[in-house]
Amino acid sequence: MKIICRCEDITEEDIIKAIREKGCTTLDELKHLLRLGMGPCQGRTCIPLAARILARETGKKVSEIELQTSRPPVVPVPLGLLAGEEDEND
Amino acid sequence: MIEKADVVIVGGGVNGCALAYELSLKGIKAVVVERKHLASGATGRCGAGIRQQWSSRENAALAIESVRIFERLEEELGSSIGLRQGGYLIAIHDEKDMEQAEKNVEMQRSLGLDVSILEADEINDIVPILDIEGMKAIGATFCPTDGHADPFKTTYAYANAAMRNGAEIYRFTEVQDIVTDGEEIKAVRTNRGTIKTGVVVNAAGAWSKKIAEMAGIELPNVPYKKEIIVTERMTRIFDAMVISFRDGIYFSQQDEGQILGGIPPPETVTGYKTEPTLSFLEHMSSTLTRYAPVLKHINVLRQWTGFYDVTPDALPILGEVKGLKGFIQCNGFSGHGFMLSPMVAKLLAQLIAGEKTSLPIGRLNLERFEKMDFEKEKSVVG
Ligand SMILES: Cc1cc2nc3c(=O)[nH]c(=O)nc-3n(C[C@H](O)[C@H](O)[C@H](O)COP(=O)(O)OP(=O)(O)OC[C@H]3O[C@@H](n4cnc5c(N)ncnc54)[C@H](O)[C@@H]3O)c2cc1C
Ligand code: FES
Repeated sequence: MKIICRCEDITEEDIIKAIREKGCTTLDELKHLLRLGMGPCQGRTCIPLAARILARETGKKVSEIELQTSRPPVVPVPLGLLAGEEDEND
Repeated sequence: MIEKADVVIVGGGVNGCALAYELSLKGIKAVVVERKHLASGATGRCGAGIRQQWSSRENAALAIESVRIFERLEEELGSSIGLRQGGYLIAIHDEKDMEQAEKNVEMQRSLGLDVSILEADEINDIVPILDIEGMKAIGATFCPTDGHADPFKTTYAYANAAMRNGAEIYRFTEVQDIVTDGEEIKAVRTNRGTIKTGVVVNAAGAWSKKIAEMAGIELPNVPYKKEIIVTERMTRIFDAMVISFRDGIYFSQQDEGQILGGIPPPETVTGYKTEPTLSFLEHMSSTLTRYAPVLKHINVLRQWTGFYDVTPDALPILGEVKGLKGFIQCNGFSGHGFMLSPMVAKLLAQLIAGEKTSLPIGRLNLERFEKMDFEKEKSVVG
């Protein structure tokens, strides 16, 4: 059993099952269905690995797999810091 | 691709998939056409909240009936939908809010809803981290059977159950035209072929206006860009969704412990722009930490955008369009179409099957805007 996403505890098996049994064909679907890449590291390690599995399973090239859109903020930022930047006069 | 179908549903969001399932129970073969993957529209981007506390009788009744269905949906569809009923706590900020809340609660109770008005000092019994002064609350309303479910799982559960019953779902297939003879629907043209049909359901979310144009019908719907954030996880501290109609904020703690929430962006943005903004992030953070100062140290992990498909009265458009037989609207959900989907699907399936609908939906037709016969829903957030 190979762990692909450490943050969310998702194995290669889980991913293959989602592709073969639930019909997932994109990283976005794997993300929503398994929470792949939704952990604190935001998929930095698991997404490239998952893209390879997806390519192998769907007979595509890795370069043909659409990488998920990156969602800001790029690094985690505390709410308090972000709040401080807005005028407090409302 | 299939050449003929009883019904073609445009859009594979929660509403399109739920309707395909409800039709399949009646032996009506539906084909769902979705240009991307299922739940790739508003459904997969939404706040996942399920609320029955509305100011209009129509929304309240649809939501109450939907919750009854949500409560048995896992069993019915045979897969998990992630339903959790932790209640919705709605802040009351002043006497004017209180008057409206009293009216709403009276109407909601007349529909059988368990909902009550709380004193300010009872708020922390429900959500301990709220700063009553910071959020400027003099009270709240609370309904314990409100909650949330997983929109992605719900959509897939409906889609898979529908397919088991014979429905077909085409993903990565785009509807490009609707063929009519001016009075009736004839076919739907996609980038992968044409499907002959007499009934088309427009469940294309914020793109419904464009789909209707293909059939020569004008909808008043406007797409509004909405933003939403999610934080890192923390231990479970509260179960209820907290919202305020005045501040427009909503936030809740999800199953895995992260806080998810939204607020209207400081600048209203209409049209199909998707870029997340810093001004939203700052406005959301300052309002959220005003409501719950202990969250100051929690990190924001992600921010994303989606579209509300907004109608002039913030109520959906449901049913057949006058003048074009077989063209059924299922859109204009104005930011609350996930929670209404189970009942909406049931009603539209009844309508398409020629049965009497179990709730009256005549008032939700498109013609109400032409006649200017509508009243605006007041209880909107996000
Ligand atoms: C930020 C945000 C928060 C929200 N929070 C909540 C909430 O807490 N509770 C709640 O109940 N609701 C909420 N909503 C609203 C809710 O998400 C929507 O009302 C609901 O998901 C609508 O579902 P739908 O199936 O009607 O439309 P959608 O999910 O938008 O599906 C429409 C589908 O049509 C497809 N489509 C479009 N054009 C075409 C075409 N030409 N051919 C083929 N397919 C096409 C799209 O790709 C899309 O998948 C929120 C919305 C947003 C944006
Ligand atoms: S390893 Fe997958 S999100 Fe961190």
